[in-house]
This record gives sequence, C-alpha cells and structure tokens, in this order.
Amino acid sequence: MTAPVAAKTALKEKFPQVTDRLSADHDAVNVPVGEVVAVLKYLRDEFAFDLLMDLTAIDWAEGASPRFTVVYHLFSSVNLGYIRVATDCASNDEPTAPSVVELWPAANWHERECYDLLGVKFTAHPDLRRILMWDGYPYHPLRKDFPLAGIEVPLPDAEISAETGVAAIAVPMMGGPFVASPGEMNLTEAEPRAKDESWSDRDARPDQTALKQLKS
Amino acid sequence: MATEISIPDSAAKAARARGELVESTSEAEHEYGSEKMDLSMGPSHPSTHGVLRLQLQIDGEIVTKCDPVVGYLHRGDEKIAENMTYNQFVPYTDRLDYLAPLANNMAYAIAVEKLAHLEVPPRCQAIRVITAEMARISSHMMGLGAFGLDVGAWTVLVLSLNQREFLYKLFEELTGARFTTSYTRIGGVTRDIPDGWLGNVEKFCDQFLPALEELLSLLTRNKIFHDRTVGVGVISKADALAYGLTGPNLRGSGVPLDLRKDKPYSGYEQYEFDVPVGTKGDSYDRYLVRGEEMRQSVRIIRQVIKTMPAGDWFAKDAVKIFAPRKEKVLTSMEELINNFMITTEGPQMPPGEVYFEAENPKGILGFYVVSKGGGVPWRLKIRSPSFCNLSIVPKICTGILISDVVAILGSFDFVMGECDR
Repeated sequence: MTAPVAAKTALKEKFPQVTDRLSADHDAVNVPVGEVVAVLKYLRDEFAFDLLMDLTAIDWAEGASPRFTVVYHLFSSVNLGYIRVATDCASNDEPTAPSVVELWPAANWHERECYDLLGVKFTAHPDLRRILMWDGYPYHPLRKDFPLAGIEVPLPDAEISAETGVAAIAVPMMGGPFVASPGEMNLTEAEPRAKDESWSDRDARPDQTALKQLKS
Repeated sequence: MATEISIPDSAAKAARARGELVESTSEAEHEYGSEKMDLSMGPSHPSTHGVLRLQLQIDGEIVTKCDPVVGYLHRGDEKIAENMTYNQFVPYTDRLDYLAPLANNMAYAIAVEKLAHLEVPPRCQAIRVITAEMARISSHMMGLGAFGLDVGAWTVLVLSLNQREFLYKLFEELTGARFTTSYTRIGGVTRDIPDGWLGNVEKFCDQFLPALEELLSLLTRNKIFHDRTVGVGVISKADALAYGLTGPNLRGSGVPLDLRKDKPYSGYEQYEFDVPVGTKGDSYDRYLVRGEEMRQSVRIIRQVIKTMPAGDWFAKDAVKIFAPRKEKVLTSMEELINNFMITTEGPQMPPGEVYFEAENPKGILGFYVVSKGGGVPWRLKIRSPSFCNLSIVPKICTGILISDVVAILGSFDFVMGECDR
C-alpha cells in the first residue's frame, strides 16, 4: 500500500466529512472549507507531505453552485506521492478560503495569484495584493465571465495621468488576435499602426493631393 | 511578505550618535535626513534576466527590504488555453521557459496524454528524453553564462553561447525551428528524427564535454567567483522545501528530489544517471549542481542514442487525437475526416482532471488540466518553477549587500516568461 492511499484512509477516519474526489491520476479528496487547514496540517505533519506543489482555483462558470473550488496539490519528498485536496468556496459572489501561508510560505505567492486572477479571497493572508496584474486593476481575468478579448481600463499610473492632465488610456486592443467584435471606433482611428484606409487608388492620399495638383 | 529590517550601525546612525548629524523636524527631513532609500531594480536591468523588478529599500549598501514585482510579461496563457483546443496550445508552451521549449512541450504533452489515457510508443519516449536533455544543456548553458556575466566573468557567456549555437543547429535539423520548436504533439512528436541526426548529436556530445570542462574551469576555482558566491544566498533545506523550491535550487540545498529519478516518466527509469546535490545551499552550490547536471545529461543522451528503439514515433491508437500525416489526408477519405475533426473541434478528451509534473531545467513544471470533455480544457493551470523559486527572494535578499542580490539572482536562473505566464 502506497503512502497516499494510507493517508487517504487515515484522513477519512479522522475527518468524517472528507469524501473521495473523482480523479484520473492521483488520490484526491473533497474537504469542507472549514476543515481544510486542519486537513492540510494533518497531511503535512503525519504523512510527510512537505511540499505544497500547487495551489489554484477553478471557476465552474457563472450560475454554477458551488462556483469556485480551491485545489491544493501536495507532494511528499519522503514517500514520493501526490495527493489532491479540493475545497468548495462557500459563497459564489465573494469566494473566500482560509490561507495556508502559516503551513507553507510557498502558499503566499500562489494565493496572491489566485486572488488576482480568480478573485478568491484568502482570509488571514499576511499580504493579499495582486501579483501578476497591477494594483488597482478592477477585474479578475480568469473568471469565466471575463471576455477573452479583455476589457479596456485606464492605465495604472494615475500619478502620470494627474501630472500630464491627460487621461491615460491603454493601448487599443483592436487588431489583436483575440478581438471578437470590431467595436465602435474604426480601425484607423483605434489602431494607429493599422493600414490607413482613408485613401485608395481612386481617392488620392490626403497629403499628396497638393503634390498631384502641382504636377498637373 | 516583504519584511523590513533595520541596520544597527549605518554611517548616518553613527554620525547621529556622535552628534554630527543635525536632526531636522521640517519637511526637509524626508529629503535629506532619511537614511533609507528606495531603489527600483528593474524591470529593465541586465541582472534581472528579463523583466523582474525588485523594489528595494536600501540603507547604505545594505538591502533592508526587498519586494519582487512580477507580472510584466503576463500574457494570460491560462486564459488563452481555456479558449483553444489542446493541440493549439502546444506553441504557447514554447513561450513559458523559452530557453528550454522542448522540455515544456514534452511536459504539456504528457499531461494531456495522461488525461486521454494514452500510451506513447518507446521510440517516441526516447526521442522526447533526448530532446529534453538537450534542452536542459541549452538552458543550463545560458544560465551559467548569464550568471558568470552577472558576477563579472564575460568569457563564460561567449563559450556557452557557442555551445548553444551547436544545439540550435541540431534543434533546427530536428524540428525546423531554432527557438520555438513546438515539437511534441499530443500522442507523439511532429516528425521522426532525420537520418544521421543521432550521429550529429553524438558528435556534439564528444566536443561538448571538453568544452564544458573548459567553461567550468573558468569559474570553479576562480577566486573572484568564490568571493562573490560562496556563502552568499544560503537557503536551508527546511526553507527550500517550505517555499516550494524545485530543480537545481532545491538540490543545491541538499534535497535529492529529482522527478526523473523519483517519479520517472517517459522512460527515464531505463537510464542511469546521478542526481547531484549541494551541501551548503549557497549560490556556489547551485552553480556546481548545474555544472554536474549537464554532465549527467550527456550521459543520458549517450544511453538513449545507444538504445534508441525502432518503431513508431506516435501512438497508433490515437487516431482521434494525433493528426494523420499529410499524404494520408490527401489520399484517404477517412483520414481527411479525422484531420478535419481534430483541426476544427480539437482532440476529444474524457472529462476528468490530471496533474502532471516534469523535471524541467529550471525546476518542476506542472500542468493541472481540468476537462469537462470535448476538445478544449475547462481550466489549465501552469505551475511554473521560476514563479515558485522567486517567492523566496524577499526572505534571502534582506540584510545583504546590493551586489549580492545580483549574484543571488544569477544563481537562481529564472525565466520571466515562465514566471509571469
């Protein structure tokens, strides 16, 4: 019997609310959100799961309930086995989960990333700031209701904007590979690098009209 | 969690104790009387290897607070993955650790193959191992070269780039691309190895080992290099595990964890190689581990060449996953339909979730794939080694000299394309 199997059986004896999770590879358990810290601590201390390999969350789409599931992958450098621990966040609008930074400092950046991209708040996290997107970015891009093309937001540097007196607008996303709808602005206006279509072989280019008249 | 420390005997404090520094209570204090200075190191800084920014607070030459700012290269790879088929995502894995794209391709392919319960034939596994080990040499070469450059040894970079050029030539012969290879497919590789390629790899190995010894001899017993690295950036075993460090950075701290040995994949269990570990966990140990790993990679490559199995280089039973060959598409109706379905709807995967990790040059690269069935992943999480390795920087870069920060970053050998995804 490998260590993860023993861990799973012992875990289910100690925490009766822990249930099996369907999995194609490693052992996996579902844990109620209130018990997750105790479960992870138990796995770390009793079964030598000393490495928190990965921490992430899944968004099961708008309207799904539970909508957010936080998933932990532990690895034991002693027994060389994985275990997957998953917990459903209680609230669908304001998902929260307890922070495990106390158990593994490695969770610090993982939880910040999870908060940044999916908006899961980790209670008792020492420093829950955004990590990949900038401070003050208003959305959580990995949520399913966030469009792939993105949403235009003002640039992060409010200071620069205040200094210059010009509203800082992000570079237009027109012409990018993932833009589904063309939007209201025309391409030339929105994307300065795009081909200028205000002239053609029939209508002369505006700045060359004068030249043509001169020649004729 | 960047904690701030105070330096007990800085020059300004000593001056104040002697009564030489006049304390001012006006606004000017902030300008002149303050002892600490904020310094933004990066995102465009030669020693931050890309676009890492360290927000440093310094007292004289000593770093009192270090807060890494990452995300300048964030492209939303995980979001993109949710919106394209499994096959279409392969080129995106090139752009994670762009110094070892072949290793990333392989890790991603194996993760999805696990989801599809697909076994690839031995020849395909051997080809993948050989390319992954060549990618490891290529990545470590760049890592050492850049490390040498960071601490003032220019020659190392020139020698290592020379060797990488040879490797790129071989990659080009095999995959058609030098840098962004996109070589593996789910259920196989794009094409079989060309005639004579293995001989060229053998030739490369023959000239590489002496060249590697020459390169390492420039650093290993170099007094300046010793002064810059020995005892600098020491990471204890416990810290390395707690912060989730992997790869040479973990092994440099004395933990012999190598998934090629401990959780063998793609047939690594057939090959004989040693896992080097450090004793002190300082920058010098991390350097030594990388040097030895390249020798072991050559050992593995030679064994693979010797035992290269014949047979198929893609899984025959993967007809609904691995796109058929072009000549078959043009001659057989059945294959044409298959090709069309794979291209338009993607390879159909069963619902389920898998987590697979591979030992990449930079550390352990993990892919967590959640599928609801169909040709597109519901969620794809990339566990990138550079991201996890960098999370210990605030801890070990506090209370040291600024110049040591450069040496430590060099010894970490991270890639921001992978960290920011």
